[in-house]
Amino acid sequence: MTISRTTTTAERSDGEVVDALRTALAADRVHTDELELALYGRDASLLRGDAVAVCFPRTTAEVQACVRIARRFDRPFTVRGSGTGLAGGAVPLGRPILIVTTKMADLVEVDLVDRIAWVEPGMLNLDLTRMLRRHGFHFAPDPSSQQSCSIGGNVANNSGGPHCLAYGVTSAHVVAVEVVLPDGEVVVLGGLDAEPDGLDLRGVFVGSEGCFGIATRVAVRLTPDPPAVLTLLADFLDPLDAVAAVSAIVAAGVVPAAIEMMDQRITQAAEAFVHAGYPTDAGAILLVEVDGLPGGVDAERGIVERVCREHGARTVRVAVDEAERMLLWKGRKTAFGAVARIRPNYYLHDTVVPRTRLLEVLTKVYEIAERHDLIVMNVFHAGDGNLHPLLVFDAREPGVLDRVHAAGEEIVRVSLEAGGVLSGEHGIGLEKKPFMGWQFTRQDLDAQARIRDAFDPDGVANPAKLLPEGSRCGDIAHLDAADRERLLQSGVWV
Amino acid sequence: MSGDADLLEPLEGRIVRDPVLLAFAELVGARTDDRVAVEGGRSQWDVGGPPADDVRLVRAPEGVVDLNPAEMIVQVRAGTTVSALLERLAPLGQTVALPDPAPGVSTVGGVLAVGRSGIDRLGRGHIRETLLQARIVTAEGLLVTAGGPTVKNVTGFDLARLLVGSLGRLGLVADVLLRTRPLPERSVWLAGPTDPFALRDALHRPASLLWDGTTTWVRLEGYGADVDAETATCVAAGLAPVDGPPELPGNRLSFRPRDLAGLAARAAGPFVAEVGVGVVHATWSAPPTTVDPVVDALHDRLFDLFDPHGRLNPGRDPRRR
Repeated sequence: MTISRTTTTAERSDGEVVDALRTALAADRVHTDELELALYGRDASLLRGDAVAVCFPRTTAEVQACVRIARRFDRPFTVRGSGTGLAGGAVPLGRPILIVTTKMADLVEVDLVDRIAWVEPGMLNLDLTRMLRRHGFHFAPDPSSQQSCSIGGNVANNSGGPHCLAYGVTSAHVVAVEVVLPDGEVVVLGGLDAEPDGLDLRGVFVGSEGCFGIATRVAVRLTPDPPAVLTLLADFLDPLDAVAAVSAIVAAGVVPAAIEMMDQRITQAAEAFVHAGYPTDAGAILLVEVDGLPGGVDAERGIVERVCREHGARTVRVAVDEAERMLLWKGRKTAFGAVARIRPNYYLHDTVVPRTRLLEVLTKVYEIAERHDLIVMNVFHAGDGNLHPLLVFDAREPGVLDRVHAAGEEIVRVSLEAGGVLSGEHGIGLEKKPFMGWQFTRQDLDAQARIRDAFDPDGVANPAKLLPEGSRCGDIAHLDAADRERLLQSGVWV
Repeated sequence: MSGDADLLEPLEGRIVRDPVLLAFAELVGARTDDRVAVEGGRSQWDVGGPPADDVRLVRAPEGVVDLNPAEMIVQVRAGTTVSALLERLAPLGQTVALPDPAPGVSTVGGVLAVGRSGIDRLGRGHIRETLLQARIVTAEGLLVTAGGPTVKNVTGFDLARLLVGSLGRLGLVADVLLRTRPLPERSVWLAGPTDPFALRDALHRPASLLWDGTTTWVRLEGYGADVDAETATCVAAGLAPVDGPPELPGNRLSFRPRDLAGLAARAAGPFVAEVGVGVVHATWSAPPTTVDPVVDALHDRLFDLFDPHGRLNPGRDPRRR
C-alpha cells in the first residue's frame, strides 16, 4: 500500500536548512533524528521545545555559519551548553537551529601575568578549575552543577555558587567575551586592558541567556587559591536558629567564603547518599567556609563559632583535613541527586531575599508546602539570601504538578513581597518569565527590551525567553489611554 | 501566551512612589524638547568630552536614605558626595569600594557614571561590582529601576552594569543601592625600590600595588596578624612603611597588566602604574583609539533606543574616554 503525502513548504525548507548546515559544518555534526531532537528539546527543567536541527560547531567560524544560515532561512537560533539550566533558558522554541557548544571545550590560553585564561564555551566549569590547579589558581564561580555545567552556560546565566558570597558571581570573573552577534558579526566585548572604551557591553552580555548572541571564547579571571581554608559544620535543632545565625555572622563584620544551609530532610537524604557524617537529627546544618591568609581565617573561625553557639548551635565542628572538608562539600553539592531517593521528581526555585528576612520567608515556605501537601527541602546559599526550596514529588501522581506550580508561584510571591528578586543564579528563561511583571514595572521591562532590541533587532536569538510578551511599550506616547492612566496611577511621571 | 493581558502587575513596593525621585523625574521630564546634563562635583567633567553648551543643568537629589549594615547595603541619592557617604558608613565599620577623586566634591552618581575605579581596584574589585540597583530617569522622564535590591541577583537583562561608565547617556541616575564591605582591621602603605611584579606574586591579595618605574608602593589591608606577616614579607623585599600613595599624574591610560613591565623604558614622562590592573596615571596622553565598527554600531543603537533625540548629557561619549 502506498501512502501519498504532500510535502509542506515548512518541511521543504527544513530540508534546505539542514542541507545548508551539513555543508557548512559536517554531516555528522548536524543531527536531526527524532531521539536526539527530543533529548535536546529539554534542559534540566520540566519544559520542552523542538529544534529543526542540532548542530555541533567546532569553531567560531562554524558558529557564525550556523547563525548566518539561520538568518538566510529566516529561522531563529538557540544556543545550548551542557543543558543543566533549571529555568528552560536553552529549551528551543520556534523551531530554531539549536547550536550546541560541547565540541568547543578547549583551554585556549592561560596568561599567569594577566591572570586570565581564554576558554571555549563548552569547557566544563570544574575542568577549568582542575586545569588551573597546578598554577595555584581557580575559577571562582562554582555552581553545584560544576562537574557538568559549561563556562558558556555560566556566562549566559551569570551563574553563582556557594563561593560567590565572597568572590562574586560570573560577571565579576569575565573580562572579555568573543561573541557571534545575532546578525552574524563577530566581536569582542570587554577587553584585556584595564579600561576598555565604551559602554560595558561585556557586563550586559553576561547573564543575557543567549538572547544577545553566542559566546565563542571567554576570557576569565583567575583567582589565586587561598593560602588557608577552614570549613565548619554547625548543627542546630531549630532551622530558624540557623537562619538567625547567618545574619548574625555577617552583621559581625565577617564575609565568609560561603555560608550554606541544609534543613533536616535534605541533610538526611545527603547523609544517606554520601556518608559525610552530617548529624541527621539536626533541624538544620550550616556549612561555613572561611578562607584567606591564616590570621584572618583563625579570627573568622572564632567569630563564626561564637555566633553559632550564641544562636543555639549544638556543635560546631571544624573539618580536620582536606579529605573531611571535601566530604562535607560533596554532601552539599550532590544534595539534589540525593533527593531522588525520596521522590523521583523535583522542582527547584531560586529566589533571593534580604538576609534579614530569611527567617520570615523560610517559615512561609514551609507553610506553603504543607498547605499544598508537598514535601519541601531547603538547601541554599544562606549567606546571600539565595533560597533554593526544592519541591519533591512523583509526577505520576495525578494533579501533583498543578500543586507544585501553585506552591512555586506562592514561594516566588512571598520572596518578592519580602523585598527579594526572582532569581539569584539560575536565570529567568521560560520558567520565571511570567513573574517578571511582579518584580519590574512596565517601563523597567521596556528598558530591558530596548537593550535586547539593540543586540537583536529582529528577535532571532533564543526567542520568547526572559522578557514576557508585551514588555516593549514602544514609544510611551503611543500607549493607549488605559495604559497611560495605569502608569499615572502607579506614580510615574509620563 | 501573548499580549499585554499576560503581563502581571508589579507587586507592592516595586513601583517607585518616593516623592524625591518623582520630583527629579519631573524636573528632567518637565520639557522633552530641551537637552539636559546632570551636574555632580564636576571632578571628572571632561571625561568623554564635556556636555554641550546649550544644556539645561540639573542636579540629582542628595542624602543617605537607608543604612543597612546587617545586609551590607546602603541606599543613597546619586547627588550625595562620596565623602559624606564614607563618613556615614565608617562608624558602622563599613565602607564602599567607590573612588573619591575630589574629596568633599565628587558625587556617588558622578563616579558611577564615569565608571573609573580607585587605586584599590586590585584588592576591592571594579567599581561596577559595587552597584546593586539604580533608579534612573529616562529621556522620556520616566523612572526605571535597573538591577535589584539584593547582593545576588540575575533577574532580567543587566541594565545596572550598562549604567556604570555610561556617562549618563542612557538615563540620569537618581538613587542607588550599593554593596558595602567591612572596613579592614588594619591598613598600611609601604614603599621601596622593589620589583612590583615579583612582589605581587609574593603577596596573597594586596589592596593596591603602584609603581613609578623605580619605586613600588603597596597597600596591605585585612586582619592585623595577616597584615603584620605580609608587612614582614615587604620589609624583607626592601619596602618600608610610608604615609600613603604617591601623587598621581593627571592623565589616565589603559594597558594590559602584562604590558606595564616595559613601561619604564618607553614612558614619555613620569607615571604611576596600577600593577595587576593596567591603569597608568601619566603626564602624557594616549593616542586616540578606534572602536570596532560593529561595537560602535551597537553603541549607536543603544543610545538611539534609550534617547532617540539625544537629550541626555549630549557631548559626552563613553567611547571617547
